[in-house]
Amino acid sequence: MSDIPTSAQVVVVGAGIVGNSVVHHLAELGWKDILQLDKGPLPNPGGSTGHASNFIFPVDHNKEMASLTLDSQKQYEEMGVNTTSGGIEVARTHERMEELRRRMTSAKAWGIESEMLTPAQIRDMVPFVDESILVGGWYTPGVSVVDSLQAGTLMRESAMSKNALTVSPNTEVMDVEVENNHVIAVVTDRGRVECDYLVIACGVWSPRIAKMAGASIPLTPAVHQMIDVGPLPELQATGNEIGFPIVRDMDTFCYERQTAGSMEVGSYAHRPIFHHPDTIPSIEESRLSPTELPLTQDDFDPQLEQAIELMPFLGDAEMRYGINGLLSLTPDAMPLVGETEVGGVWSCAAIWIKEGPGTGRAIAEWMTQGYPEIDPHASDVARFYDNQRSEEHVIARCEEHFNKTYGIVHPREQWESRRGLRKSSLHPRTEALGAVYFEAGNWERPHWYESNAPLVEKYSEQIPERPHEWDARWWSPIQNAEHLAIRESVGMVDVTAFAIFEVSGPGVVDYVEKMAVNKCDLPVGRSIYTPLLTEDGGFKADLTMIRLADDRYRIISGGFDGPRDSHWFRKHLPDDGSVVWEDKTSDICTIGLWGPNARAVMEKVTDDDVSDEGLPYGSSKEITIGSIPARLLRISYVGEFGWEIYTEMENGPALWDALWGAGQEYGIVPVGAGVYGTTGRLEKGYRLMGAELESEYSPVEAGLARPRVKAADFIGKAAYLEARAEEPAAVMCTLTMESHTSDSGMARFPTGGNEPILTLGGDRILDVKGRVSRVTSAGAGPSVGKYLLLAYLPPEHAVEGTELQVMYMNELYPVKVAVAGSTPLFDSENQRMKG
Amino acid sequence: MRILVCVKRVPAPGAKIVLTDDAQAIDTSLLSFTVSPHEECAVEEAVRIAESHEGSVTVMTLGPEDAEEQLRSALAVGASEAVLVPTDGSDWDPISTASALVAAIQELESEGGFDLILFGNESADSGGYQVGVRVARTLGRPIVSGIKGIEVEADGFALRRDTPTGSEIYKVPSPAVVGVKEGINLPRYPTLKGRLNAKKIEVTRSTQDRAGSGQAMVRLVTPQVEINETVILGDGPEAASAVVDLLEELQLFT
Repeated sequence: MSDIPTSAQVVVVGAGIVGNSVVHHLAELGWKDILQLDKGPLPNPGGSTGHASNFIFPVDHNKEMASLTLDSQKQYEEMGVNTTSGGIEVARTHERMEELRRRMTSAKAWGIESEMLTPAQIRDMVPFVDESILVGGWYTPGVSVVDSLQAGTLMRESAMSKNALTVSPNTEVMDVEVENNHVIAVVTDRGRVECDYLVIACGVWSPRIAKMAGASIPLTPAVHQMIDVGPLPELQATGNEIGFPIVRDMDTFCYERQTAGSMEVGSYAHRPIFHHPDTIPSIEESRLSPTELPLTQDDFDPQLEQAIELMPFLGDAEMRYGINGLLSLTPDAMPLVGETEVGGVWSCAAIWIKEGPGTGRAIAEWMTQGYPEIDPHASDVARFYDNQRSEEHVIARCEEHFNKTYGIVHPREQWESRRGLRKSSLHPRTEALGAVYFEAGNWERPHWYESNAPLVEKYSEQIPERPHEWDARWWSPIQNAEHLAIRESVGMVDVTAFAIFEVSGPGVVDYVEKMAVNKCDLPVGRSIYTPLLTEDGGFKADLTMIRLADDRYRIISGGFDGPRDSHWFRKHLPDDGSVVWEDKTSDICTIGLWGPNARAVMEKVTDDDVSDEGLPYGSSKEITIGSIPARLLRISYVGEFGWEIYTEMENGPALWDALWGAGQEYGIVPVGAGVYGTTGRLEKGYRLMGAELESEYSPVEAGLARPRVKAADFIGKAAYLEARAEEPAAVMCTLTMESHTSDSGMARFPTGGNEPILTLGGDRILDVKGRVSRVTSAGAGPSVGKYLLLAYLPPEHAVEGTELQVMYMNELYPVKVAVAGSTPLFDSENQRMKG
Repeated sequence: MRILVCVKRVPAPGAKIVLTDDAQAIDTSLLSFTVSPHEECAVEEAVRIAESHEGSVTVMTLGPEDAEEQLRSALAVGASEAVLVPTDGSDWDPISTASALVAAIQELESEGGFDLILFGNESADSGGYQVGVRVARTLGRPIVSGIKGIEVEADGFALRRDTPTGSEIYKVPSPAVVGVKEGINLPRYPTLKGRLNAKKIEVTRSTQDRAGSGQAMVRLVTPQVEINETVILGDGPEAASAVVDLLEELQLFT
C-alpha cells in the first residue's frame, strides 16, 4: 500500500467528474501541490458519476446554470468525449408547448440553436415515437452525450502531467482538523495530511466530510430511477452508442436515451426517495456500487405504461437492468459551490455531469483569484440562512421540487413547504390586512394586501388586465393599485426582511473603507449607498450603511443577499480583533413610510424635527415616535419622500399602530414588496443585486459609478479605476414595451426571466465582452403608464429612443430604450424624494 | 400440461453481508430481494415447456407478504398464476416448509394435478437441499436433482444430469418433481408489457400451519472475509524483480 504525502497545499476529496475537474483546473491555474483522495477505486470510485446518464441539454432558463453547462460542454468537446446526438423535448399538453416556447426563448438568449417541431417532424427524427399522442416538440441539435469517466481520467492525467497532482484512491477521510476556524489537516485511513485548502467534491457524501470540519453542505442523496430496455433491433441497427436524438417526455417527467442497442428510460416522476449520507452502503456492501441501489420497481411501474405510450416498441423489449441511482439534491436545486463557514474548506457539490467541468473551472478561478468568471451567486454555498441548512429544510424542499425536475416552474414561483420560518413582529398586523406573503430569504414578506382590493377598482383605468394566466401567476393587480396609492398619498411597507449587521471597534473605519466602493468615513448620521466589488471590479454586493457612531456602522442589505454578504464581510474581518461583527437582523424591525403625505403622518406622531433641514436626504437619526425609540433613515427605494424606520423587534407592532393610526386621515395603505421590489423600483431604475447587479458587470456599466473615486483603497479599486477610464461595454437601460399584443391577439407581459433583447432584424445583441442583452427585471410602471424592462445594452443600442424587440414565449414584441443609464424614468429629477 | 414452480425470496447482498445487531437476520434495509439462479432457471424452464406444450405455469412461494414481489417477477416472465403461503416473516425450517407446501399443493391439485413440479436445486441462502426432496417424498412422486435438461415424453420426462465424465439420463413418469440446476437455460428478462401484465394478476393466498420442528437457527455469523487488495508491483522493466520475488513467494518457480 502506497503512502500518501504528509502535506499538500490543497486536498480535493472526490474523484468523480467534479473532483477531477477541480484538480485539472487548479493545475491549469498554476497550483502545484494538489492531493486528490477518494475512498473508492479508479477510474470509477462508485459515486454518482459512475452511473450517470451523461447527457447534456444545454438550455436552461437560469443564466448561471446555462453558462456553466455551455462551458462544460465545450470542455468535454475539447477533450474529445462529447458525442452530439441532438435532443427533443416532447409535449403532450398545450401547457407544455407554451413551456417549450419559453425554452426556445431561453435558447435564443444563450445563442443555442434550436427549433420547434410538429409531431410529424418528431416522428421523422425518431421513427419509433407514436406522434399521435404529442402536441409538438422542441429540438436542440447540440444536445450531446459525454463520457464523464474518460473525461475524469483525462483531467487527472493533465494535472499529473504538470507534476501538480498526487492521486490517492482507496483512501477514506476520517477527520478534518480545524484551528482558528481554518482547516489545517485532513486525517485519512492512510495518514494525516496538513493542508491550507480542502475542497469537498464527493457528491452525496459531501455533508459527512463538511461536518467533520464543522461546516455544512446542505444536500441530500436522492434517488433517480432508471432502467435499461432492450435489445431493440431498431437501435442496434444504428451501430452507434447513440444514433437517435434523446427524447425527454416532459409531461411524464421521463427521458428515453439510446445506449447502444438498448434504451435507457429514466424518471423523475416517482415519489421522492432520500437517503442519508451516513447510511449509503460501503463499496463492499454494495451489489453494484454505493450509489446504484436496487430498483424499487413499484415506484417505476407507472412510468412503464407512459413509456410504451410514447414508444410502443418498448413494450415487447426486456427490462435488463434497473437502479435507484443516487444523486445530490439541494433545497433550491442549485449547486453548492464556494467557501464554507470554515476558512479554507470549499464546497464543490451537488453538481451534475452537465455542469461538472464548468463548475470545476469556476471554483478553481474563485480559489485562485477570488472570483470566478461566471457570476456564482445562485450556486454560492454561502447563500443559506442557518435554518435553511438544516436537514429538515433540505428534505422538505427537495421533496417539493424533485418532481419539478422536468416541471414547469414559474419565475415567481413560491415554495409551499417550510414557510413561516421567520416572521416580522409586524406579522399579526400585516396578516390582519390580508397580506399575501412571498418568501424573501427565509422571511415571510408581504407581497400585496388583499385589503387593498377596492383600490383596483379606484385605479382601474391605469391597471391593464393580464389575460394570460401565466403572466398573471404569482401576481395581483392589487400591486399596481398599491403603487398608485403610495404615489398619491402615503403607504407603509414591512421591510423587516432586510439583513442588518453592525460592525464596530477601533479598526472599523479602515475596514468598511476597504470593503466598499464609496466613501464611508462620513459624519455620524450619514448613510452610504455603495457597491462592494470583487477584485476584478464586478459586483459582490450592493447595500446601504449608516454611520451610527465614530466607531460603529450599520449595514443594511437585501433579505436574499444577507447570508452571502455576511460571509464576505466576515471573511475580511481583520485578524487583530479591531472590528467586532454583529448580526442584528433578528433584533430590528423595519417599516418603510413613504409618499407625499409621509411627513404629515410622521409629524403627527413625533415631536422631533423631521423636516428636510432636520433630516436631509441620505441621513439618519434617532427619534421618538409616540413613546417608541426609533431610527429614521431618509432614503427610498420607491422614489417617494419618506424613511426607513428601524426599531427594536418587539416595538414593531406599536410602531405600526402609531403610524397606521396617524395615517388614517391620509388614506394610508399597506404596501407590499410587489411595489417595493418591482414597480416602484423599476420606475426609478433602481438596480437589484442578483438581477442587474452581478459580478460580471461593473458599477460603471450599471450606472452606479460616482463622479469621484475616494482616496482610500478598497477591494476591486484597480479594476474599478480601469473600468472608469474606458468606454463601458454595456449600459444598463430601462426599456418600455411598445406593444403587448401576441400573434394570437392576446396582451402578454414578460415575466422577466432572461428574455433576449433583439434587434429589429431579430438578431441577438452581444457586447464586446460577449455578454448578451437580456431582460434582468420586468414589471409594470403604473405611474408612467408603461410596462418596463431592464437590460444591459451595448453603447450603440443604449441610446434613448432606439427601437428594439423583446422575445417572449418565442414571439417578438417591440420595445424602446426609454432611459440609457440610471436616470429614473419616473420623476427623473427626484423632486418627490426632496419632500 | 400443468407445471408448478416453487421459489424462495432471498436477499441479494453485496460482497460483504451485514447482520442485524442481534445476529438473527441479514440487514436488508438497503438490499433488494431475489430468488436463486437455480429458481430463475426453473421458472424459465417451466415457461418454455408450457409454451411448447400448451401448458400453464403456477408459481408458489412460502414467505412473508413481501415475497409477492418474487411471485410477480415470475408472472412477468410468463407464469400465469401465483400462490403465496404466508409466513410471519420468520425463517421456517425445511420440514415445516415442505409440509406447508405439500398442503398447499394438495389444495391446488383439487382442481387438477400438476404434471411437473420444479424446484431450484437448492435455496440461495440456507442451501439445505431438502425441501424439494421432502415435498416429492410426501407426495409420493419421483424426484431427481441437479437437472440441466428436461424433455417431455409421452408418459413422463427425460431428465439430464451432467457429471464430470458425461451425462446421466433419468426417465421419470408423470407426475414428477425436479430439482433444476442453473445453466439449464438462459432465463429471459421481463418485458415492459410482461411486467405491467404481472401487476394485474391476483396472487392467491394459501394459509398453512407451521408444523414440525426440524433444525432451528441459533444465530448467524459472518465468516472472516479475506480482503483482496490489488498491489501494483511497478511499471515497465523495473517491475521485473518484484514480479520474480512474488512468483518465488508463491512457489511458482520450482
